[in-house]
This record gives sequence, structure tokens and C-alpha cells, in this order.
Amino acid sequence: MADLKVDIGGLILKNPVMTASGTCGFGPEMEPFIDVSALGALVVKGTTLENREGNPYPRMAETPSGMLNSVGLQNKGIEYFINNTYPHIRKYDTNIIINVNGSTVEEYVELTEIISDLEDIDGIELNISCPNVKMGGMAFGTHLPTSEKVIREVRKVCKKNLMVKLSPNVTSITDFAKVAEAEGADSVSLINTLLGMAVDAETRRSVLSTVTGGLSGPAIKPVALRMVWQVSKAVKIPVIGIGGIMNATDAAEFMIAGAAAIQVGTAMFIHPTAAVDIIKGLNDYLDQNNFNKASDLTGTLDK
Amino acid sequence: MRIEDFELKSNHRLARDYFVLDLLSHGKLPEILPGQFVQLRVDNVRDAFLRRPISVFDVNYKKNIISLLIKEVGAGTRAMARLEKGIKINIIYPLGNTFTLGSEDDRSLLVGGGGGVAPLLLLAKKLKLKSLQFKILLGYQSVEHIIEKARFSQMGEVLITTDDGSYGYKGLITDHPELYSDNYDRIYCCGPEPMMRAVAEIARSRGKFCEVSLENTMACGYGVCLCCVVDTVRGNVCTCTDGPVFNINELKWQT
Repeated sequence: MADLKVDIGGLILKNPVMTASGTCGFGPEMEPFIDVSALGALVVKGTTLENREGNPYPRMAETPSGMLNSVGLQNKGIEYFINNTYPHIRKYDTNIIINVNGSTVEEYVELTEIISDLEDIDGIELNISCPNVKMGGMAFGTHLPTSEKVIREVRKVCKKNLMVKLSPNVTSITDFAKVAEAEGADSVSLINTLLGMAVDAETRRSVLSTVTGGLSGPAIKPVALRMVWQVSKAVKIPVIGIGGIMNATDAAEFMIAGAAAIQVGTAMFIHPTAAVDIIKGLNDYLDQNNFNKASDLTGTLDK
Repeated sequence: MRIEDFELKSNHRLARDYFVLDLLSHGKLPEILPGQFVQLRVDNVRDAFLRRPISVFDVNYKKNIISLLIKEVGAGTRAMARLEKGIKINIIYPLGNTFTLGSEDDRSLLVGGGGGVAPLLLLAKKLKLKSLQFKILLGYQSVEHIIEKARFSQMGEVLITTDDGSYGYKGLITDHPELYSDNYDRIYCCGPEPMMRAVAEIARSRGKFCEVSLENTMACGYGVCLCCVVDTVRGNVCTCTDGPVFNINELKWQT
């Protein structure tokens, strides 16, 4: 049994496996399938200050080895979360990270302040990379000066571990990772979904109501691996790998490429036990390859 | 709600594009309510990445078998049609809500079109078990498309429409006089959305209770992806967890 503990910039995870935001609800939804407390961390659904209805149906299109979504951050707002969800999930024996979203810098800051006062929340994942909202989201994460500003302002009020979730929809993701590091992020997580679209040739209509959406699943894994590798060489803060991880081998590949930890996303829709299966599989992989510690696997890529 | 490997006991071809999968559980089946569905994983098919939501058509608790009535429409269902007896099939079930039953005096009309007849069999079974009055109205394109009429006839009176008049009443299901009669108090409907909207309009204009079973595309099926939403008077809700059965008064279908 290898030591699975990893440090993601001051926050210690019992193992490197987290669930990706938006793929496991707020935790209770997964209880019929997995022991949520077994996770390295639970990253809950993207949360905003106020209730959001999201985008109209249809919001999803299946694509080769993946899917597009344009959910658009549907959530009931932070007050609902605090009153209805938090009392239950705070009892999980694992780290809880809230994925934070806003339409303005002020909204990001206000939400971060509110969350900073929640005792049993361990981290914030600053989402400046959602491709499915008109205001905010990716608009912050694809423009360097705006990224810099929102991370700086959030860092000032954030009393939790701060992970910044990066958009792949940029020319040079390393520039954004460096800005996050310079502005005091504890880690960066990447990648969020790739902007894509789907067309129905029969009806000549776009499949998604919003025309474009975010691509996830194994289809994006090579892109995500490449970006994790580039970013891990460009910054000293830990990198969290995300993008089409379906099994422990995928997870190991991301760690070898430079990830300190990983998030399992789309896989959870097909295999609701994927994240916990990966914890076990990763342990087996480490044992078979004579690694005593999971953290020793990070960045071992042999060119 | 659980994840389980079932064994495919039979894959039986019906008329045209329809087939029935009988799945055997090696455990004891939980209660499965009319209207509920399963999320079936299609393994090793290039163009079927996600699970497929399929209505439960029939349940045999004695034999621990779930039957799924499926229409070939895309890569996933085409692959399912070719599955061979004996293989393992992974499903998440039972998912979703159920139809709301009326009081003992209420007479029901079950209205199904095409593959939408699937969830109505379990409903008919339950109504029969409770000795409630009901009729089943099923609409098909033509006589060659009629599926599982015998199974429905075992439950109660079955009325059939065909578009071309090759069997039963000639016309669309929404033309059938039964819908415009006072022989029923409640309608339960499943079929293509234009048909459900038309039936809902008839029910609304006649002041009848009406529930429809929606078939929105889904990723997860258990309420985490938020992809299958339907616009309701309560805002966007998941078809998989708040539905698939909705009262028409909840839906924003009036246009």
C-alpha cells in the first residue's frame, strides 16, 4: 500500500483523486454509489451568489468519445447551499472545495468572502473558465489582465486554499498559469472544457440551444495532458490534471505528465463509481511500479 | 438506485425497428414503479459514449427479469439490437418518478404512440391490480408497426389507430373519438413530443387530469449533470429525477 497523500499547495488530500465540479452535484447525489468520504476531495457544482436557471434545453450533445454541455452554471445560489446542502456535506470526512463563479469581479469577491467564513469548507476552485455563460466565466479566463485582476481581488479575501481553474481556450495556457501563481493561487486546475459545437445535418439545426458548448471526456485527454505537462514545467505551484480521465491508467498518465492530483469528471456520468475505482487502481499501479508515495509519481515523464 | 450487471436472457425482435431485451438479475429485484427507467451502458461501441435511458416495459419479480422495449434510433440502440444472449449488461436503476394514480372511481385512458407505449404496460398492470377502470389507446403508423398488442390486451381493452388505416381506427391517435368522449377522467401519455403536446391540449381543453412521460436526452440519469432539464413552472428541473412523468400543468407547453 503506497502512501497516497498529496499536498496541493498547503491542502493535504488523503489521495490524489477529486471529483470535477459539475459532475457529482453537491455530494449527496453520489451516496447511493460511493463513499464520498473516500475521495481526496469533493469539488461541488459551480456556485454563484444568486440562483441561476442555466441555459435552455437542449444542453447536451454526445460526440465521439465525449460530450458537449451548455448547462450554464444552473445552481440555487450560495444561500440555498449554506442552508440546505452545507449542513449535510460538512460531515464528510474529506476536503470540500467549492467551485466559485461570478459575472463580475465583485461577485467573485463577495462569494469568496461568504465561503471563507464556512468552517468546514477547505478550498475554493476559482472558475474563470466556464464556456457557457454570457457574462464572466471564460471571459475572465481568456484575457490575461482580467484573469490577473479577479485572482488578485479574490486572493485578498480568500481564507481558504485557492485553486484556479484554467481555460484551454487560449493560445498559451502557461501564461495564465503564471499569472495565477504570481497572484497567489495555491494551485491551478486544468483543463476546463474545450469550446465546441454539434450540428444535426438532418434538421440543419445546432444540437445545443446555445450553439456552442464545452467538450469533455476522453476526446480531450491528449490536449489536457499536453497542457498539464506544459503548465507543470512553467509554474512551481501544484497542477491538478483534468480532462477525460476514465480509469487509473489515465490518472497515472496525468501525474506522470506533471499533475500533483487529478479530477474525475465526465466518467462519473457513465461509471458513478469511477473516482473511487481510480483511487484503488492508482494504489495498485504505484505498488506494481515500486512507488512508495503517490507524490513521487508526479512529473516523472521520461522523454 | 443501484448499479448492477444483468445477464441478457433474450433479445427478441418485434415489428420493424423494435426489440425487447429481457435482463436477468442474479439478485432480488427492488420494486420498480410504472414510468421508471434504467440507464443502460453500451460497451465497446464507438459512437455510444454515454449510457442510454430506457423505460422499463415489464418486470417479472418471480424470475427477477426486467424487460426493455427499445426502438432502434441511433448508434446506441442499434448496438443494443445486436446484443447476444448471455452477455452482461450494466444498468443503473430504478430511476425517475412514477405516474400518479387517481381514486377508485377514476377512469383512466393510457395513450401511447410508437415506442412510447413502453412505460404504459407496467402502468396498466398496476391499474389492473388495483381494479381501477382503464382503456389503452395505442397509435402506430401502420399494421406492420404494431408491437406487443397481446401483452397489452391481457391487461385490458386496447384501442388501436393506424395512420394508414391498415388496422383499427384510421388516423392519428389524436383523432380517435375516445379522446373526445367522457369515458375517462385521467390521461397518461407517452410518445413523440408533438403527439404528447397534442394530447395534452385535448386534456387541457376538456379539463382532464393528464400526465406525460418525457424522453429528454440525458448524460447521467441521476441528477448530477443537469443536462436533461425541462422548463416548468418551478424553473428548470431534471427530467431524470423530477420526472420523467410530469403533470401537464407543470410544463410550459401552452403556446
